[in-house]
Amino acid sequence: MTYLTKLSAAALSDLLISREVSAVEATRAHLEHITAVDTDLHAFLHVAGDAALATAAQIDARRAAGEELNPLAGVPIAIKDVLATQDMPTTAGSKILEGWIPPYDATVVARLRAAGLVPLGKTNMDEFAMGSSTEHSAYGITRNPWDRDRIPGGSGGGSAAAVASFQAPLALGSDTGGSIRQPAAVTGSVGVKPTYGGVSRYGAIALASSLDQVGPVSRTVYDAALLHDVIGGHDPLDSTSLTERWPSMAAAAAAGLQDDALRGVRVGVIKELSGDGFQAGVTQRFNETLALLVAAGAEITEVSAPNFEYAVAAYYLILPAEASSNLARFDSVRFGIRVNPESGSLTSEHVMSATREAGFGAEVKRRIILGTYALSAGYYDAYYGSAQKVRTLIQRDFAAAFSQVDVLVSPSAPTTAFKFGEKLADPMAMYINDVTTIPANLAGVPGMSIPIGLAPEDGLPVGLQIMAPAKADARLYTVGAAIEQLLEASWGHTMLSQAPALTPTEMFASEEGAV
Amino acid sequence: MASAELMDYDKALELFEPVLGFEVHVELNTKTKMFCGCANEFGSGANTNTCPTCLGLPGGLPQVNKKAIESSIRLGLALGCEIAEHSRFARKNYFYPDTAKNFQTSQYDDPICHDGSITIELESGRLVTVEIERAHMEDDAGKLTHMGGATGRIQGADYSLVDYNRGGVPLVEIVTQMIEGAEHDAPEIGKTYVAAIREIAKGLGVSNARMEEGNVRCDANVSLRPRGSNVLGTRTETKNVNSLRSVERAVRYEIQRQAAVLHAGGTITQETRHWHEDTGRTSAGRPKSDADDYRYFPEPDLLPMAPSREWVEELRLTLPEPPAARRKRLQAAWGFVNLEFQDVVNSDLLDAVEATVAAGASAQAARKWWTGEIARLANVAGVAADTLVTPVQLAALIELVEAGTLTDRLARQVLEGVIAGEGTPTQVVDSRGLAVVSDDGPLVAAIDAALLGQPDVLAKIRDGKVQAAGAVIGAVMKAMRGQADAARVRELVLERAATIE
Ligand SMILES: [Zn+2]
Repeated sequence: MTYLTKLSAAALSDLLISREVSAVEATRAHLEHITAVDTDLHAFLHVAGDAALATAAQIDARRAAGEELNPLAGVPIAIKDVLATQDMPTTAGSKILEGWIPPYDATVVARLRAAGLVPLGKTNMDEFAMGSSTEHSAYGITRNPWDRDRIPGGSGGGSAAAVASFQAPLALGSDTGGSIRQPAAVTGSVGVKPTYGGVSRYGAIALASSLDQVGPVSRTVYDAALLHDVIGGHDPLDSTSLTERWPSMAAAAAAGLQDDALRGVRVGVIKELSGDGFQAGVTQRFNETLALLVAAGAEITEVSAPNFEYAVAAYYLILPAEASSNLARFDSVRFGIRVNPESGSLTSEHVMSATREAGFGAEVKRRIILGTYALSAGYYDAYYGSAQKVRTLIQRDFAAAFSQVDVLVSPSAPTTAFKFGEKLADPMAMYINDVTTIPANLAGVPGMSIPIGLAPEDGLPVGLQIMAPAKADARLYTVGAAIEQLLEASWGHTMLSQAPALTPTEMFASEEGAV
Repeated sequence: MASAELMDYDKALELFEPVLGFEVHVELNTKTKMFCGCANEFGSGANTNTCPTCLGLPGGLPQVNKKAIESSIRLGLALGCEIAEHSRFARKNYFYPDTAKNFQTSQYDDPICHDGSITIELESGRLVTVEIERAHMEDDAGKLTHMGGATGRIQGADYSLVDYNRGGVPLVEIVTQMIEGAEHDAPEIGKTYVAAIREIAKGLGVSNARMEEGNVRCDANVSLRPRGSNVLGTRTETKNVNSLRSVERAVRYEIQRQAAVLHAGGTITQETRHWHEDTGRTSAGRPKSDADDYRYFPEPDLLPMAPSREWVEELRLTLPEPPAARRKRLQAAWGFVNLEFQDVVNSDLLDAVEATVAAGASAQAARKWWTGEIARLANVAGVAADTLVTPVQLAALIELVEAGTLTDRLARQVLEGVIAGEGTPTQVVDSRGLAVVSDDGPLVAAIDAALLGQPDVLAKIRDGKVQAAGAVIGAVMKAMRGQADAARVRELVLERAATIE
């Protein structure tokens, strides 16, 4: 049954609909693969095997009864641990939430369940989504399936690694400054950050409210579109949720597979997101992709976004400011762990303080301190106020660019996956890694990362980022699917089929000793 | 009060000019909370009206209650405020266990209502205009109960319980400009201003406006400026002064206390102070400074609001008659002297009297019953007078009295029956058999017996000393067990005295 794990969600869906394969079989195949490979990769923080099989059995029963189901019904999915699930622990990668089971489902999770997808478990992430490597998880690292000594990206390294290693065909992520797109890029998978307000944030543990967006993670553009259609759309519980009626993203992706889908498409290359600081192999694959686009009839223009230069600086003021307030609720009073101070009186202040001291990791504390400072009286205008102005300027850069082109492209990340520990000691090096993805969050526009090949120097995946104007998410799917098809035709295979085979973990090997 | 601690009030006023400011929180009576769908309800089981949003659970998000915005705008309009074309919420960040999110969702630089004023009338007839700086929306905190201590305060408590039912209930905070020139009237201005706010909120129907249930809460700022100086003194903020009388007492106390401190060469600490109803004193709370840093920033989870001008004008049309104008109109219509009218107003019975008059009773009778017997019974029962009987019931009772069916004394018994749930006044009269005996037969017999029993009195009456009849009337009423109309008895006594053998 291992072939079931190699299928795209759409292909699996066909087999489920034709009842050649049952949801239970599909689920079991994925659970077995998780058991085989995830002890080593550690994409999952929690696997809900029994619940998944029970859900799958229900779907099979409903399908047998002739019920009309969503195309993704019975397809397994992994859920980033930042999303509230009422039947699974939800920790956001933080010790402070160890063992917490929310009394409710995030809206996107409720929509998954309503569509009959089968949640397999919760995936690892940087604590509270703060990081680009998943090394900041309180529960240990996740390995990149392409090279187990390298990071799977972050913060959604778990979701990306799960999908790239065939442990799930689909996953949910959240993207505040690249947490869906950068892991997709470094693991050779597909990730989409929808337009801000396109997908409900209700039940997504907030990092930076004005930047966070939940989105799909998958191995194909079409699969991401199918998932986007399930989770997207207005939610009255999220006041920033847009009230538009959205077109079908799956239909948009399908349109991209038609002949000549790229003919006449105006593609803007962002001057500021290239050159210095970009790995040679990344630039090379990027340029080759542009050449393919030209050959397919797209018009390439270089556009300038002069204020992108300030994006990282502005982002690292806005994000910590909002995060410092969003994370204030972790105080031991209503949920999560409680730690009593070793000395002194047990006042609520002391208990809160001791809990936060013990429950938050170093990166979280760093950002809370940064944000608290940036919002302080006397500094607000200079920091938070100025950062908001930069945000407006970046939005204007996007508006100017989109007046000339249909989509903007850049490498998804400046480099391929780096090694564990490489950037841990230098937060600035880690932060600058998000230079390509941050502008979309600041402007609220949608962005997608698709794999475009392996960097010659290290054989690791390179991603292409495609961005569209706000609310034009469908355009990403059309263009993304078209490019994906072109590339796969030029390679003669999908990119993930080239990933190294994962050896099943030898259970208990370490306990047996090296005898 | 020890004179070392407090300066004589008149002397304090001689040396210092009091400067006041008030922050009044009005709890709105919307069906649901400010930012979630939970019931806004007093008295439910602890933490039953809660959800991920108002419990501040990870992932919870706010949704604005449109009715709360509407109520806030109507309140602002009634306070003569401008309604902002653009308004937004802001987070006020501070850690406290009753604040589930550890920030309050409030408003900072873009309040929904600003720049209003109301004119209040003091008992002396002095009119004082209080300028309103702003009226902004925010969510209430939960309620802490400190357990194990002797005083119920946090000091000395073993632990505290928190009930988040109140957390997220919509509040409007009304902030005045500095009130100068209050002079001797400062305490009365405080009381009258808060009463006016309460009355406005109640009249609009946007709040239950019961101070005893915390629907209206007042923080009173007081500072003293030495006579001849133009430099403002340091202010204190006395928190949660929750009755009209306490507002008056707390302001007076702070003036006397601060004057004593300043006169002795001391300085006033800028701080919050707690009002103690039992001792009539304030005590130092948390030091507070203008540098208190709540790290306000615009609430990113909510969109800015832009109430349309059309909507605002529509809401303006729904405003009731301003309370002050209404009071003037009613006093004139009822013909009450000031004292009578104040009695009704101070007992919070204006609505009740008005409704009773509307139900057909005379204004004087309605006033007499509400502020008299009913208020007395309500006081004994510890409830609000207007919860005991309805205006319609009272009007029916008054009608029975005026028709001569009931004496006042009998009517009080009927009232008790009505309150006890025995039915309408007529039903109680019937079931308890309380009607005045209208057949003069037994009455005449009783009068004759009384007159003959007191021949000296009879003689005096016959001599024209009519006031002597009182003694006979008393005896007759006693014999009739009160079931006789005193006026009719008097009439008959004089008649029988002239004719009796
Ligand atoms: Zn609630």
